[in-house]
Amino acid sequence: MSFINYSSREINCKIVYYGPGLCGKTTNLQYIYKKTNPEQKGKLISLATETERTLFFDFLPLALGDIKGFRVRFHLYTVPGQVFYAASRKLILKGVDGVVFVADSQIDRMEANIESLEDLKINLSEQGYDLEKLPFVIQYNKRDLPNIVPVDELNKVLNPNGVPYFEAVATQGTGVFETLKGIAKLVLLELKKNY
Amino acid sequence: MTNTAINLVMYEDEFKKIDEELQRLYQQSNAKLVFLVDKNGQLIAIAGETHNVDTTSLASLTAGNIAATGGMARLLGEKEFSLIYNEGERDNVHISLVGQWVILVVVFDQRSSLGLVRLRVKKSSEVLARIFDEIHQKAESAKKEGKIEESPFAEITDEDIDKLFR
Ligand SMILES: Nc1nc2c(ncn2[C@@H]2O[C@H](COP(=O)(O)OP(=O)(O)OP(=O)(O)O)[C@@H](O)[C@H]2O)c(=O)[nH]1
Ligand SMILES: [Mg+2]
Repeated sequence: MSFINYSSREINCKIVYYGPGLCGKTTNLQYIYKKTNPEQKGKLISLATETERTLFFDFLPLALGDIKGFRVRFHLYTVPGQVFYAASRKLILKGVDGVVFVADSQIDRMEANIESLEDLKINLSEQGYDLEKLPFVIQYNKRDLPNIVPVDELNKVLNPNGVPYFEAVATQGTGVFETLKGIAKLVLLELKKNY
Repeated sequence: MTNTAINLVMYEDEFKKIDEELQRLYQQSNAKLVFLVDKNGQLIAIAGETHNVDTTSLASLTAGNIAATGGMARLLGEKEFSLIYNEGERDNVHISLVGQWVILVVVFDQRSSLGLVRLRVKKSSEVLARIFDEIHQKAESAKKEGKIEESPFAEITDEDIDKLFR
């Protein structure tokens, strides 16, 4: 649910990074935060455990520029990936405008990817959303590691509908902005359809 | 923009009304800061001592707070907890729901009191709820009639979007 304010001439969109534990969601936001000009970003808020696992969410507000005289603001959120935080994940999805699914490319994380994607679909549908109708992109992260699944294979298993996908090494920033741009584009094009 | 959600679209008139009500609440409750957030964490309007306050972060955490207590409420078989109150050494925070859409937050110190804040919040909530009902009714009927207001976004181009990422 984007929020368009004609009075302050702003439009706000909510983008959620979803995916299994340790796949690199928080790392994506940290990199975006690091590489954005101070005047374009707010604080990066991380509600995390002492071991830096996301406990509730990370939040990063971005104002990248104007479109048609409206300030476009993106509110980026990550969910906690660990299985037992299911209740919190559901809450973060409320009012989402676009989803980035961050998959962990490592062979031994395939099960976790599949499970998390399933969890995403269920949580969305409980709130009346349909993943197939929502702006949605996939990021294949950790491409720098040795034991990874080839992209073709990842696409076969995780991306049967052929949504935009991006290879990434979030720790080095590779593919991070490409992914953000990919989802931002879909979200903004959706606005065009609906207003 | 998704199957179920109605997008919140706010025009000048309504914004003015909301702003006036917030100013009134700010004055009458002797608060430091009064603001409205939608349930997704987006700041709608604010009144009071806003300098040095990270309002965007506050808004997001407020919504997270309400979402978490709402989740707890449902687990306990309650529909929703309509109020959260945090007491600090200096400042206190009173968070309450206005209708089903928005969250009203009042930050106050010893210049005010919980009793006064409660009383004024109750009055303002009624006014604000009516305004938001209007906004949503307007949005729904516009949707039904398929009326597309002179949309600034109808002509978004790829180029517009690319420009954001330069
Ligand atoms: N080698 C490698 N490590 C990565 C990459 N991206 C993230 N990591 C590491 O993976 C670990 C987990 O990253 P996080 O970003 O905290 O993962 P998360 O998805 O937020 O995890 P939860 O908060 O538990 O859901 C960290 O040690 C990161 O440095 C990558 O592309 N390559
Ligand atoms: Mg995390």
